[in-house]
Amino acid sequence: MDAKTFDAKTLLDSLFDNGILFETGVDGLYGRSGAFEEVIERFEKLVTRLGAPDKATRIHFPPGMSRATLEKSGYMKSFPQLAGCVHSFMGGEREHASLLNMMATGEDWTELQKATNVALTPAACYPLYPTVAARGPVPAEGVLFELSSYCFRHEPSQDPARMQLFRMREFVKIGTAEQVSAFRESWLTRGKAMIESLQLPCDVDLANDPFFGRGGKMMANNQRDQGLKFELLIPVTSIEKPTACLSFNYHQDHFGQTWGLKFADGELCHSACVGFGLERVALALFRHHGPDIEAWPAGVRAVLWGE
Amino acid sequence: MIDRIRTLLSGHPMIPLDFSALSDDANLYDAGLTSFASVQMMLALEEEFDVEFPEAMLTRRTFASLANIAEAVSQITRKAA
Repeated sequence: MDAKTFDAKTLLDSLFDNGILFETGVDGLYGRSGAFEEVIERFEKLVTRLGAPDKATRIHFPPGMSRATLEKSGYMKSFPQLAGCVHSFMGGEREHASLLNMMATGEDWTELQKATNVALTPAACYPLYPTVAARGPVPAEGVLFELSSYCFRHEPSQDPARMQLFRMREFVKIGTAEQVSAFRESWLTRGKAMIESLQLPCDVDLANDPFFGRGGKMMANNQRDQGLKFELLIPVTSIEKPTACLSFNYHQDHFGQTWGLKFADGELCHSACVGFGLERVALALFRHHGPDIEAWPAGVRAVLWGE
Repeated sequence: MIDRIRTLLSGHPMIPLDFSALSDDANLYDAGLTSFASVQMMLALEEEFDVEFPEAMLTRRTFASLANIAEAVSQITRKAA
């Protein structure tokens, strides 16, 4: 690995030059090539295969979710800087004329838009909890879901591993503290073995979410003190600061309390999730094995393509 | 100092704990203090005592009991004096 060229900008330029990603004029929003998508499809199949013995229920939510659900989830308390809400024009003809006029004169026309009921999904599991709560008491053995969604986070960057719109695949376990901890433990082991089978260097480390502000520092310290978040890190755009490609999160009874997720006896449920950052894993594979997927090591191709 | 803290926190709408029933050393997290409520507590204390907690003090332990909070606040005010 050449440490000198191991930086975000160089990797992004090389992805553009090799026709793997395509510029759109906005940092963090890129077109993907067929090869890039094929890698993601193959990796998703691998994840599903590894999780198959657990018999998860698969749900695919769209990348937009109920704004009311996002509000109730507490996302704005922790990550107001990352959230995105969809706004649309809801005026009449008179306002439309003003809008066109403002656009023509370079004024800020967006003030003529109003917030819709849709927010962009920030993590694949946010729409899940109210869906589960609506089904009534959680069975004693807990419930397990496999989710996949495009997610949005407002953090424009020229680091290709920090996109604004990206896909996340997740397994979410809702059950007792013991059940969800065992679930997380099993994926800490399985996740590391999976990434090693793709011949990528990786480490698992204690982590924290990017909570907002000084209060967020405290939330982050609390999260670390309690060992609530682990990440699997792969060097993608930096050796010193490797990229979190998988994350393993224990929410305690946060979502149980928020959404009233309970067992039949009234006991609150705990939850945990393991998330796979699909673009990040694909970028790691391209970074370490080269732009030509046909030329990737035979062992890696065997795991992904079953060759 | 502890009484002043107790009164301040008792009146806070976003910290739903019954401070009158908690001893100075009672663990506030065991009593149901959430991470988010502990942040609200930190901000309320900074305003009341006109201090700023340094990053190293923004830990679970600092806000774990009324006695710990009082100790932390007096440490900061001593340093500032």
